[in-house]
Parts: sequence; C-alpha cells; structure tokens
Amino acid sequence: MSSLEHTPPASLRQRLALKGLDGVTLLVVPAALFTLAIFVYPFLYGLLLSFEPKEGGIFANYQHFFSDPFLYNTIATTLWLAVPVTIISLILALPIAFRVRLMTRQRLLTTILVLPVTLGTVLVAEGLLNYLGPQGWFSRTLMLFGIIDSPVKLTNNYWGVFASLIITGFPFTFLLTLSYVSGIDPALEQAAAVHGARAWQRFRHVFLPLLIPGLAIAFLLSFVQAFAVFPSAILLGAPAGPTRVISIAAYQAAFEQYDYSMASAIAMIMAAVQLVIVVAILFVRNLFYRGSTAGGKG
Amino acid sequence: MLLASSKFDELRLDHMSRAFGTVNALRDVSLTVRKGEFIALLGPSGCGKSTALNCIAGLLATTGGSIYLDDKRIDQLKPEDRGFGMVFQNYALFPHMTVRSNIGFGLKMRGTPKAEIAKRVDEALGLVRLEGQGHKLPGQLSGGQQQRVAIARAIVIEPPLVLMDEPLSNLDAKLRLEMRAEIRRIHNQLGATTLYVTHDQDEALSLADRIVVLRDGQIRQVGMPRDLYESPDHLDIAEFMGYRNRLTGKVTARDGERATIDVRGTSFSGRLRGDIEIGGAAVIAARADDVTVSKANDALKATVETIEYRGREFVGTARTEDGLELIFHAPEAAAVGNAISLSLDPAHALIYAA
Repeated sequence: MSSLEHTPPASLRQRLALKGLDGVTLLVVPAALFTLAIFVYPFLYGLLLSFEPKEGGIFANYQHFFSDPFLYNTIATTLWLAVPVTIISLILALPIAFRVRLMTRQRLLTTILVLPVTLGTVLVAEGLLNYLGPQGWFSRTLMLFGIIDSPVKLTNNYWGVFASLIITGFPFTFLLTLSYVSGIDPALEQAAAVHGARAWQRFRHVFLPLLIPGLAIAFLLSFVQAFAVFPSAILLGAPAGPTRVISIAAYQAAFEQYDYSMASAIAMIMAAVQLVIVVAILFVRNLFYRGSTAGGKG
Repeated sequence: MLLASSKFDELRLDHMSRAFGTVNALRDVSLTVRKGEFIALLGPSGCGKSTALNCIAGLLATTGGSIYLDDKRIDQLKPEDRGFGMVFQNYALFPHMTVRSNIGFGLKMRGTPKAEIAKRVDEALGLVRLEGQGHKLPGQLSGGQQQRVAIARAIVIEPPLVLMDEPLSNLDAKLRLEMRAEIRRIHNQLGATTLYVTHDQDEALSLADRIVVLRDGQIRQVGMPRDLYESPDHLDIAEFMGYRNRLTGKVTARDGERATIDVRGTSFSGRLRGDIEIGGAAVIAARADDVTVSKANDALKATVETIEYRGREFVGTARTEDGLELIFHAPEAAAVGNAISLSLDPAHALIYAA
C-alpha cells in the first residue's frame, strides 16, 4: 500500500494520453478546419438562407416546393433513378466479387473496372450518346441482325441516364463489395461446406449475414452518389420531363431564376431525403451481426 | 446415448496424390483407416499432412489415386456430399451464430427436424462440457471453449470420420494438455473414427492408436506409438522422434540384431535397424535420456558445454576429446566446463545405415 501512496502523480501529458490525446491528435486540426470551412459553414449558411425567401413567411420556399408538382415530383424522379441503379449495381457487383475474390491476378481486372471512375460523367455521357443513340452502334447492330426494325430509343430518356449511372457507379460499388467479400475468412466457407452446406446455403447462412453490414454501407455510398446525379440527367436524359431530377430544380432556381434562397431550400430538401434513407438503412444494419468476420483466434 | 458412432467400416486411400504445378505435395499415399481408430498424421511443416487432410475432406482436389469409403469412391464428391466432420486449426466458427446454431449447423443443412436438432445439440454441448453456454456468440468464449464448440459441431452430425487439423496449436500449454485428454475422451465415448493432423510428436504419441509419419509428401512409416518411439524405421524419423544424438562411424561387429560401431576410435553398441555389413558406414542414434553420467571404466570422458534445467532433471551438451558432441541427461546439475563421464545405453541406441 505504501508504494501506492508514494507514487508521484501522473504528469499532465500522461493524463491526456490516457484520454487518447497526444501530439498525433493535433494532426486532426487541419482536417477539422477544412470541414468547418467548406462543409459546416456553407451548410448552416444555406439552411439560414432557405428561411429568408424573396417573398412570404420564413417557410414560404418549403411551402412553394411542396405545393408545386413540377418541383415536388423531382424527389420521386430522383429516387426512381437512384434506388434501382444502386440495387442493380449491388446485385451485379456481388457475384462478380465472389468470383474475383478467388482469382490470383485481381489487379488487371480491378484496373479495368476502375477506369470508368476516372473518365468522369461527361465523357461517359458523350460516349453513350454515340453508342446508344439512334444512329449508334447498339441500334445499328441489332438492326443488322434483324432483331429490331427501327432504332431503339435509349438516349434522351430515363434509360440513358440509368445506363450512365450504372457505368460510373458500378466500379465504386464493386470495389467496396469486393473488399467486404474478401474480408471474410475463407475457412468459414470451408467449414460450412464440410458440414454439409451447398453453395446456396453457404451464401445464405454464412456469407450473406456477414456481408449485410458492408453491403448496407456500399448501398448508402452508391445511393448518395446516384442521388446527386446532374450532368448525365441533362446530357443523356430528358431534363424537362422524365429525368428532371432534384439537382436540376436546384440549378434552375439558382442560376435561371437567381433565387438563391429557393435553391438553398431545395438543397436542404435533397439533404433531408438522403438523410431519411441513410438513417433507415443504418437502422436495418443494426439489426444484424456486426462483429469480426474471422472464424476464431488467428 | 443419442449420438451414435461411425456407420462405416473403413476409409481407404489408394495411391492418393496431389501436385501443385510441378511440386508433388502428396505422392502415392495409401492407407486404410478402420472404424473406431484414432490415427495421427505426423510430420514436420510442409510434409503434406494438411494437404492430405484437405484432400480427404474434399477441400482440395486430388491429382491422382482414389479415396474409398467402404466400397464407395468419394474422391470426386464435393465436400458437402462426403458427410465428414472437421475441426479447423483456427476453429472457423461462424462468428454471427450462437454456440447452439454453430453446433446445429450441419444438422440444419441436412434438413433435420428442429426438435431433433435441439436434442442432439444439447447432448453435444454436454459431451464437450459447455452446458449453459449455448446462447453465447463464439467471440464471447475463450480459446479452449471455442475449440470445444468446433469439436461439437464436427461430431454432432455423426460423421463416419472426424478430421482434425492441428486443433491444439493455438492453445496455451496447459490448455493443450487438457484438450488433448478431452479429445481422446470424446473419441472413446462416441466410438468415433478420428484422423488427426499434428506436427507435435508428443500429441501423436499420447492420442493415437496408430501414427502415420509423412515426409516430403510420402508415408515413411505407419505404426503404433510405441513402435515409432522405440524403433523408428529410418534415421530421419528417429531424428524427428527425438533421437538427438547421432554419431557417424563404421560397423565393426554384428551379432543378429545387435551391432557395434566405431566412431573416431570409440566403440558404441546398439540395436541394428536395417542390414549393414561389417565395415559399412553407419549412424548410431540415441535419445538424450539414454546418454547418462556414468562411473563405469569404459565411460566416455567429456567436457560440459551447456546445461539446461528441465524440471526434474538436467539436459546438457558435452564434447569428448575426439570432438564428438553428445546431448546427455543428468539428475544433478553439472557446471559448464567440468569434466564428466558419459555412457550410452546400448539397449536403446539404434544403428542405421549412413
């Protein structure tokens, strides 16, 4: 006991270190300042601006948005693009990731898949206009083989934007999914197989439950990306009608009507819709097992 | 007792081989495992023992030969169609399932009715002494408990054969001894047939009915633990089984099973393994236990170079005037640099062709 009483008090540095604060913590400062300056401040500024409409009470912008179908329909239009695109990207990515995880030379394939990300949405949109357009290779090839009589309309409508979002979004979804799939201890699948589980049962009872948390994150990140669609909705879509997404409405308010207050309100609504989806998915994710995906002590 | 023993007569490996590119990991492994046996596949790392186990489990395809379960050829079957139970080195428990679901996994995959799964899982939990732990996740258990769950998961499906891949290598020394006894108890209680891979000769000697020694992908010797310990067929197996003293010389006399060899002017005698003519090059091999401090007149004079305390006794190395190094066993500590007299017990020394 006496040795305890005579222990010199811990220095300030030691006490801070116990709470996880040391010199390395200071490295967070630049990032924190950056986030404050280019995210938190503009967000709060926009939020306040949205409550200062050109005319009417403080909620006038929001009342206007939700009373004009031309405006409030953009939410459904955007969801109708973003949700199917995200789900289809995930459904495509999962089986490919399962195959690729067993391959020894993943790098080449990964490089090919990452390329579309580097191209940018505008280049992809231009390419698709040429390829899927009425005089594009796609329709011409189908017509050559007599499968169709006249060109299929795949640009300047919903499907053009859909295709472009899949092409630019898939690599991202795939790489995320691949990292989650390869993170699962291969011995778990072996143990399942030896004890009688067929391929589908192994997926259903072992892989899927362990993948759900990762897939939820992949879903959210892809969804948020697709929800902000703008260039391809204009270049490849029908920006006045079926692909008039919410970002177009915000753009028009800001740069065609010069109503920054209304544009801010639309941006806030956009954020709120995404937040609802994010919270819902995270809630579902919390219902599942989220611990280690290893089968035991290493 | 609900859990039944193996329902088969024998597993037969017939020239089983596996090549990785041009490397032969397994060559012509032929072995018959009879119902109820506990077989240890023993060998140093890289000898092909885990490859052999994975080939039998179906996790690795064979590239030659065949595997029969009684009269049924099984080497082309998928792992899920072979019906074995397996305990993995890192346990490979499903981390998102409770202990009960882990144990019942194989039964559920087979479509066993729920009530029966519950009954058999209860019994398996009792057998591995984990009553009351069924609701926990594997991450909440200690290493030894996880190991028990892995064993329960493998035996609850009543497999013809239980495969174990170095199941004790991740446990600490005390737990390893406890689990070793548990594994043998469960094997006996169930009347199971077990194929156990290990690199630890103590484990193999204490657990197995028969030991199969593998080296470079081939079977070098199959025998009862005692045969393997007392008279290994080859010098390399003797080395692996703990014959740490190896002295090279020439055979000077032989009389039936016994022979005498001359090592740089010193004579040693021991039991002959293999046929060596007088004058032929030979190696005499002996355990440290059989080289002891002696007061006899013909004892070897040597100087102690190192000494290690081993609990009840000491093990040391000593060098003779002729430069022979001997590893010896002593009841009392000998100081480094001291002169001692050593003798090699001719009853337990073995002589192999060099």
